[in-house]
Amino acid sequence: MSVAYDPKVRTTYTDDVPRLRAAHNVLLEVPFTASLPDRGYTRRTLFIDLDTMTVKEKPITEEMIDVFTGGRGFGLYYLWHAITPQTKWNDPDNTLVISPGPISGNPQYAGSGKSLVVTLSPMTGIPIDCNVGGYFGPFLKFCGFDALEIRGKARNETIVVIDGPRGMITIEEAPEETTDSHIAAELFTHMYADGPKDFVNVAVVSAGKAAESAYMGCLNFSWYDPKRGAVRLKQAGRGGTGTVFRDKKLKALVIRSQKMGSNLNNAADLPTVIKVGKNINQEIHDHDDEQCRMRRQGTAHLVETMDAYDLLPVHNFQYGKHPDTPKIDSTVWDKRFTQGIPDRCWYGCGMACSKAADGHVVRTGPYKGDIVTVDGPEYENVGGLASNCGLFDPDWLLEVNFYCDTYGIDTISYGTACAFVMECWEKGILNAERTGGLDLTWGNGESEVELLHQMWRGEGFGVTVGKGVRFMQNLFIKNGWGDPQYIRDIGMQIKGLEISQYMSKESLAQQGGYALANKGPQHDEAWLIFMDMVNNQIPTFEDKAEALHYFPLFRTWFGLQGLCKLPWNDIEPPDNHEKYPGPEAAKVPAHVDNYLALYTGITGKPLDRKSLIEQSESVYNFQRVFNLRMGQGVREFDMPPYRAVGPVTKEEYESRAERYDGQLKDIVGVDPAGKTTEEKMALHREWRMGRYNQLVDAVYKRRGWTPNGVPTMETLKKFKIDFPDVVAVVRPHLG
Amino acid sequence: MLQVNDAPLPYEPGMTVRDILKRKNYIWRMIAVFVDGELVPKAKYDTRQVPDGADVKVIHQIAGG
Ligand code: SF4
Repeated sequence: MSVAYDPKVRTTYTDDVPRLRAAHNVLLEVPFTASLPDRGYTRRTLFIDLDTMTVKEKPITEEMIDVFTGGRGFGLYYLWHAITPQTKWNDPDNTLVISPGPISGNPQYAGSGKSLVVTLSPMTGIPIDCNVGGYFGPFLKFCGFDALEIRGKARNETIVVIDGPRGMITIEEAPEETTDSHIAAELFTHMYADGPKDFVNVAVVSAGKAAESAYMGCLNFSWYDPKRGAVRLKQAGRGGTGTVFRDKKLKALVIRSQKMGSNLNNAADLPTVIKVGKNINQEIHDHDDEQCRMRRQGTAHLVETMDAYDLLPVHNFQYGKHPDTPKIDSTVWDKRFTQGIPDRCWYGCGMACSKAADGHVVRTGPYKGDIVTVDGPEYENVGGLASNCGLFDPDWLLEVNFYCDTYGIDTISYGTACAFVMECWEKGILNAERTGGLDLTWGNGESEVELLHQMWRGEGFGVTVGKGVRFMQNLFIKNGWGDPQYIRDIGMQIKGLEISQYMSKESLAQQGGYALANKGPQHDEAWLIFMDMVNNQIPTFEDKAEALHYFPLFRTWFGLQGLCKLPWNDIEPPDNHEKYPGPEAAKVPAHVDNYLALYTGITGKPLDRKSLIEQSESVYNFQRVFNLRMGQGVREFDMPPYRAVGPVTKEEYESRAERYDGQLKDIVGVDPAGKTTEEKMALHREWRMGRYNQLVDAVYKRRGWTPNGVPTMETLKKFKIDFPDVVAVVRPHLG
Repeated sequence: MLQVNDAPLPYEPGMTVRDILKRKNYIWRMIAVFVDGELVPKAKYDTRQVPDGADVKVIHQIAGG
C-alpha cells in the first residue's frame, strides 16, 4: 500500500469517439433560449417525453416555490402529477426528475452544487429521493432550468443532449457506446465538449449495464477533474434511480453549460454570500485536520471510530466491530487516496472530500487489466462492501467499489444484500446448488465481484441479489429454504430499501431514524447514534421524538436547496459547545445561521430558524402523503427488521452477554441469572419492540400525525399542502 | 465513582480526562468534555484531574451520517 499511484495514468477509452458519434441517429432537435437564474431560480422546467419524442417547457409558479421550494420538493411535486396510485416503476408514466434547488450552483459556500433525483422506486414502490454531486444539476440551471422531467420510454438506446451555449436540445439514438459509466461518462464528455478546454463545462448522467437486471441500479453524475485529466463520478445511489433510467432506454443525459462564473445564480446579495462562504471555507481550512480530516480521507475517516463504538456493521449487522478493521480503516485510505488534489464535486467546496484511489489495476471482468481511478471508497462502501461482508482486503474492496459504480449499482443496497446472502450461506439457507456454484463464505471478495458480473450479464444468482433483500426474502421463504421468521429477522431492509451501514441495536433513536424515514432507511435523514447512545442526551421518548422531528427536517432542507450535508456538521466552530450548551450544539447553530444568510443572500427572501424547518415540513408531509397514496405510508411500513433492534441469534447475544444481561437487570427489571440465552433473547425482544412502538407513538405525535402515522388535516393546513387531491388521499385514513 | 454520560465509571485517584477517554475507548476527535458542567479545553485533557463523584459529559459531535 505504500506504492505511489500516478493520478494521471489510467486507461482511456476515447479513441473511437468519431466513429461512435457517426453511428448516432438524431431523432429530434429543439432550439431553446438558455437563461441564467435570477435570485437562484430560472422558473422554467424542461419536460421530455420519450414516448412521443416531445420536448417542452413548463413554467414554475410562485405557489410551487412557496410550498415546494425546489430540489426534492419540485421532484415530488412533478412525480405526484405524473403518476397514479396504480403506476409501477417500469410504467412509462413513471417520471425521473432532476432538480438542483435555488442555492445549487453557488461556488462560494462549501457544498452548494447538489441536485436531487426523484422517481418511483423499483425497490420500494414509493418515491425515492437522492442527493447527488457532480456538475449536472448546476449546469441544468445555467442552461435555464430548475428541473428536468423525463417520462416515457425510448424505443432504442437514446441520449439527450442539452447544449446551453448552442441553445439546442437533441435527442439521439446512440447504438454503440457502452453504458458502463467510467467509459460512458468519458466518451460523452469528449464527444460533446468543444475541445479539451471545454471538458469542464460538460457533465453526464449515466447508469451501467447491471442496472438493467437489478432493481438497485444507481445513477452516476459526472464532473471533469482537470488535475487528473479524468471524468469523476458521484452517485444518486438509493432506490433504483439507475434502474428506472435504463428501463427508459436512456444511455446518457449530457449537458453542456456556459463557462462557470462566480455569480451565475444572480444572488440578491452577493457580498453576504461571499462573506458566509469565506467563513465556512476558512473554518474548514483551520480545523479539518484536527476534526474529521475530510480533505484527506473523506468519510472513510469514520471506519475506526465506528469500530471502536461497536457501530461498524460486521457479518450482516450481527456485530459492531472486528479485529481486522485496521486493514480497511482510514490509515489505509489516507495512504491509498491520492493526496494534494482538491477532490471537490462542485466548485468552491473547501471540504473537498470526494477522494479517489488512482491506479487501481482491475482484477476481473470485462475491464481486467485496465488502470482506473476508483471514486471512493466512502465510509458506506467500507462498511457495506467490506466489513459487513467480512471482507478486510482493501484491494478487493476497490475492485467491488469500482464495478458497483461503473455497472450502476448502489453500493449501500449491494453491501447489505451481499451480507444477507452470506449469512444465508453460513446458515445453510443457501448452498452451491442454489447460488449456481458461487461460494458465499464471509470475506470472499471474488464471489462478491462475480455477483456483480452476473448482474451485468443478466444471468445467474447475481440477478437475484440485484433485486434486493426484500425480493430475496420472499423468494427464499416461498422456496421453503429456511425458517421464515429468521429470514425476516435478518433481512436488513425497511420498506424494501436496504439499511445503510450503521449498527442501530443500541440506539433506539437511530432505529426510528431508519424506519421512520420517508423513502426508506437511509442515514441522510437522521443520524442520531452519538446523541442517543453515546452522549445520552435524548433519554426520554419525547426527547428522541423531538430529535426525530428536528433533524430529519433540517436535513430535508439541504435537499430542497441543492446543498451537501457534510459542511454542516462534519466541521464545527471550535467554540460550538461553549456557546451552545446541551443538545442545542448538535444543531451547529452558527452554521444554521450561515445557511439562513446564504438562502436570503441568494433568493432575497427572509428566513429564520423556524421558517427553515417549516419549509421542510411542507415537503416532508407531502412525501408522507405520497407514500399513503401509493398504498403505504402507515405504521406497518415503519417497522424495522429485528436485527436492527436487537440480537437475533444466540451468538449475537452471547458475544455481548454482559451488556444484554445488564440491560435486563438494570432497565427491564428481570434478573437474568439462571435463564437460558433463548429466554433472555425473548425478554429482550419484547422489551425492545415495546419501546420501539412507544417511540413511534411519540414521533407521530410530534410530527402531527395520527397513531397510524397519517398527517392530520391540521398538519396539512399548517404546512399549506391541503390541496384537494392531497386531502382526498388522507381523508379516508382519518376516520 | 464517576458518572460519565450518565453511566457509572469506577474512580481512581489521579484520574485525568485523558484517562477517562481511554477507559471508555472514546477515540472520536470531535468531542467536548465537561466536568461538573465546566468545559475542559482540549489542551488540558492530559493534565486535568477529575475528582471522585464528578459528573463528566463527553459530548460527541454528530458528524458522518
Ligand atoms: S463536502 Fe464533499 S460531497 Fe459535499 S460538496 Fe464538498 S466535495 Fe462534494
